[in-house]
Amino acid sequence: MILQTENLNYVYSEKTPFEKTAVKNVNIGIGENDFIGLIGHTGSGKSTLVQHLNGLLKPTSGKIYFEGKNIFDKDYDLNALRFKVGLVFQYPEYQLFDETVEKDIAFGPRNMGLSEEEISQRVEEAAHIVGLKPELLSKSPFDLSGGEKRRAAIAGVIAMRPRVLILDEPTAGLDPVGRNRILEMLKNYRQEHNTTVILVSHSMEDVAQVADKALVMNKGEVFMYDTVEKVFSHGEELEKIGLNVPYVTKIFAKLRANGVYVPTDVFTLDKAEKVLLKLLKREGKE
Amino acid sequence: MKDLTFGQYLPYDSFIHKSDPRTKLLLTLGLIVTAFVSFNFYSLGLVIVFTIMAMIVSKVPISFYLRSLKSIWFFVLLTAVLNVIYIKGDNLLFSFWIIKVYAEGIEKAIFIAIRIALLIFISSMLTYTTAPTALTDAIERLLSPLMKIGIDTHMFAMMMTIAIRFIPTLIEETNKIMSAQKARGANMDSGSLLSRVKAIIPILIPLLISSVRRAKELADAMECRCYHGGKGRTRMNSLKASWRDAVCTLSAGLLLAGVILLNVFL
Ligand SMILES: Nc1ncnc2c1ncn2[C@@H]1O[C@H](COP(=O)(O)OP(=O)(O)OP(=O)(O)O)[C@@H](O)[C@H]1O
Ligand SMILES: [Mg+2]
Repeated sequence: MILQTENLNYVYSEKTPFEKTAVKNVNIGIGENDFIGLIGHTGSGKSTLVQHLNGLLKPTSGKIYFEGKNIFDKDYDLNALRFKVGLVFQYPEYQLFDETVEKDIAFGPRNMGLSEEEISQRVEEAAHIVGLKPELLSKSPFDLSGGEKRRAAIAGVIAMRPRVLILDEPTAGLDPVGRNRILEMLKNYRQEHNTTVILVSHSMEDVAQVADKALVMNKGEVFMYDTVEKVFSHGEELEKIGLNVPYVTKIFAKLRANGVYVPTDVFTLDKAEKVLLKLLKREGKE
Repeated sequence: MKDLTFGQYLPYDSFIHKSDPRTKLLLTLGLIVTAFVSFNFYSLGLVIVFTIMAMIVSKVPISFYLRSLKSIWFFVLLTAVLNVIYIKGDNLLFSFWIIKVYAEGIEKAIFIAIRIALLIFISSMLTYTTAPTALTDAIERLLSPLMKIGIDTHMFAMMMTIAIRFIPTLIEETNKIMSAQKARGANMDSGSLLSRVKAIIPILIPLLISSVRRAKELADAMECRCYHGGKGRTRMNSLKASWRDAVCTLSAGLLLAGVILLNVFL
């Protein structure tokens, strides 16, 4: 386990009429090299939960452990933790500020106190990972397109080479092409760099496409935490809390109910196509 | 937005919450003036009792009023200490080195401290019990006679409404950007003065850019809904004075009468 939470609770505006419990009794463990999809209805506490994992929010009660150490111990270096647990906020493009994209991506590494040589190497690498063309690096971040801005902001966190990369709805407001690019980029990044990734989303399709495990939240509590396959097999329960399993998964469940033999782990169109073609070939032979 | 303090509307359901904002605004001013013209302990005591009663009627927990005092207690203390040191009188209590403390000084200091505390309590009561939009509405209506001499009070009130409306948004946005930059290792609480000033830039620039964007969006949205200034505009919720306002005004009037009597005869 690289990250662990113990009876985590968080209350906004405690002891006022606006009091709101956003995270309730969360106990989760996140393993090394996991790819976790964090799903939940809007307001279910996803963003609040992930801001605890790099110590930006201090829990009202409960504990958080990174590599076995309590991050709110008195002598724990929270600033150093933020480089190890990289958090990309929702709509990260609004945090860009520097003159050039290059300088903006370098902000994190520079705060780490790295040498100029190391910094420029990391900036180049991060830009390459997110698929930003090198000629964009010398432009002002405000001259980029929306999707490019988003990728530049993600590069700013990747450049810190975090052990755990957390992204809060990185595909929100992007078109299907932009969305796909970011998801595929994350998938490759995780494989090539052996990192842990937590992807916050309220799209089951996103989670199905890239994650291995799904953490479902409902009203601040953990509703389910298991492999994507197991979680998606509880379609009805998920629907009760306002979440939909992907359409293909639903159709395949119906097929199975009607006696057609198809596997349970079909979440994406690509996979569905492959399975169906195989099935048709077999029927053709018989 | 972790610490709600001075100037925040608290949506409880009380007699005072339901009163007309115009009445509340005028009576708040009246009450403050009364507190400052209470010259002896009896009349000031009456104002204190009245204010505490009003605080209880407002249903806002007393802890909120005390919290509003927290940000200025130092100022109150300083004023009191200065009064103790500088006021000269006939009854010398004690002296050491060059400082002479008179009974009059102590009395004056207590008066000033109580008056400032009352000022804070009374004005917090107004903001705690009145939604900002209702308050600007009241200001617009109270200033409307100025329209006759060519001052656009509607514009003034609209500007105030928008400014007040966006304060929480701006605070939220600032917090979000600060968190985002902290997540990239920005260090805002330590280091030399120069490095702290530098640390503001990554927050200030995104904030400015988003404010300009918001302003543009708001202007477009207002134009799309055919906003063209105050001329010929009617209201969805018009302000109406009710029996509550009569009760408020009457009790404030009684207080004023009591204070004057106590001032004169005791
Ligand atoms: N700064 C804040 N102050 C007070 N309440 C807040 C604040 N931020 C969030 N909340 C409340 O806490 C709850 C959880 O919010 P959170 O942002 O964690 O949800 P979320 O799952 O990320 O939602 P979304 O999918 O809309 O981003 C919500 O009910 C929200 O209203
Ligand atoms: Mg969120």
